[in-house]
Amino acid sequence: MTALSDRVHLRNGHARPSRYSAFALLRHGVTGESWPLAWRTHEPRHSYDVVVVGGGVHGLATAYYLARNHGITNVAVVDKSYIGSGGSGRNTAILRSNYLTPDGVRFYDRSLTLYQRLAAELNYNVMFSRRGHLTLAHNDSSLRTMRWRAEVNKACGVDSEVIGPDDIKTLVPFMDTSTQTRYPILGALYHPPGGIIRHDAVVWGYARAADAMGVHVHQDTEVTGIDVEGGRVTGVRTNRGSIATNVVVNCAAGWATLVSDLAGVRLPVQTFPLQAAVTEPVRPFLDTVVVSGTLHVYVSQTDRGELVFGASVDPFASYSTRGSLEFVEGLASHVLQLMPSLSPLRLLRQWAGLCDMTPDFAPIMGHTAVEGFLVDVGWGTYGFKAGPVAGEAMAECIATGRTPELISAFGLRRFADGTLVGEKGAAAVGH
Amino acid sequence: MILLPCPWCGSRDAGEFSYGGELTPRPDPRTATREQWRDYLYLRDNVAGWTTERWYHRMGCRRYLTVRRNTVTNEVTAP
Repeated sequence: MTALSDRVHLRNGHARPSRYSAFALLRHGVTGESWPLAWRTHEPRHSYDVVVVGGGVHGLATAYYLARNHGITNVAVVDKSYIGSGGSGRNTAILRSNYLTPDGVRFYDRSLTLYQRLAAELNYNVMFSRRGHLTLAHNDSSLRTMRWRAEVNKACGVDSEVIGPDDIKTLVPFMDTSTQTRYPILGALYHPPGGIIRHDAVVWGYARAADAMGVHVHQDTEVTGIDVEGGRVTGVRTNRGSIATNVVVNCAAGWATLVSDLAGVRLPVQTFPLQAAVTEPVRPFLDTVVVSGTLHVYVSQTDRGELVFGASVDPFASYSTRGSLEFVEGLASHVLQLMPSLSPLRLLRQWAGLCDMTPDFAPIMGHTAVEGFLVDVGWGTYGFKAGPVAGEAMAECIATGRTPELISAFGLRRFADGTLVGEKGAAAVGH
Repeated sequence: MILLPCPWCGSRDAGEFSYGGELTPRPDPRTATREQWRDYLYLRDNVAGWTTERWYHRMGCRRYLTVRRNTVTNEVTAP
């Protein structure tokens, strides 16, 4: 069995994926030659240096940066379903770095920087589209918070400013900026570097680049147990057999507590669904990403012309990803308050993703009391935009054994020490 | 639609209720250690399956009630 899986690995290990380019596109177009698979499938090895649980943006980015920045390539990424089947494929793909605390701003600004050059780095078109990001203020207190955020952002070198209703109307002509509405728009935090990206492409791009460096991506591989002996991790058990390893990273997002429970590590995390929906495609008319915390809605138009809507998390904890009629009703009324002319549009579909919410709306990253069991969880409603920087930081954490300065505030111990993070700018909606 | 069994009003739409979270026993504040108290504040079982939780009938009789709910299927039974 060992020999077989090693042979498969060696044979595959030498196959380099072809580079995507205009020339390759032309060549494949002319010759009709089929494209090679973007990543390979393997039999799981009997041991890996690192096993990452969860094949989403966070897990795959962790594996990619382990290989690229630290030369650790004997890595497996396991997912109980297909890669990107969880939060990475269910978010609304909005990127921004206009947070409230300097720690938060620096962290997400690093992520945005990585995202902006990701397509060139991975040789994969992730379709980053810099649109500008508007967070609307409908009352005095949120306008005050917008000014605060703008000042913190500027001090950290991030482009943000507060603009008035006239400027908003110029940016989004379809917006109802009159004073006759239930929640008149008083101003907005305008964040020009914000934008949207193709979330599936980010997952696939990381998987392909990690695979090219020797990382194994195991889909349909569910972790059923984590072996801990004498306070340290010795292996994981999966539905495809046992794997010996000294390092396990929990990147399982909505299922984070279920994975941590296997290692005996309790997390202050509760799982809430967050629903989103998409309309039929229409001509491009909405450049900017529009967010309203008061109305619990965010809107952006994809490159295909569909409008993507998201909301705040559902009002009770659940692992169900079924959509609800209450959500669509509320969503429609809120969107129409912002842009009444959208009323003829029809919704194509709605879905829900699972958010692992922490008490302080900040992630939990780094080492735990069990040696070799690391967590990158608690990403709640803001995980997708942090994927690259979280992967980079977790890779450093694993490779060096030390917690990088950038994530030192996000340790699990903060709940015991009483040093919670005050990041209320976390998700623009819901709190 | 999820119906919750209010002992006073009968089966009502979950939209009328506020979620109180899973039932966690409160340690005695006079004797609890700091760790026990923080566990009580922050740690939840977050079960994928049947769990016991509190709800508040906010738009009805304003009573608190305990229900059993399956967090995967959202099936509900009385405790």
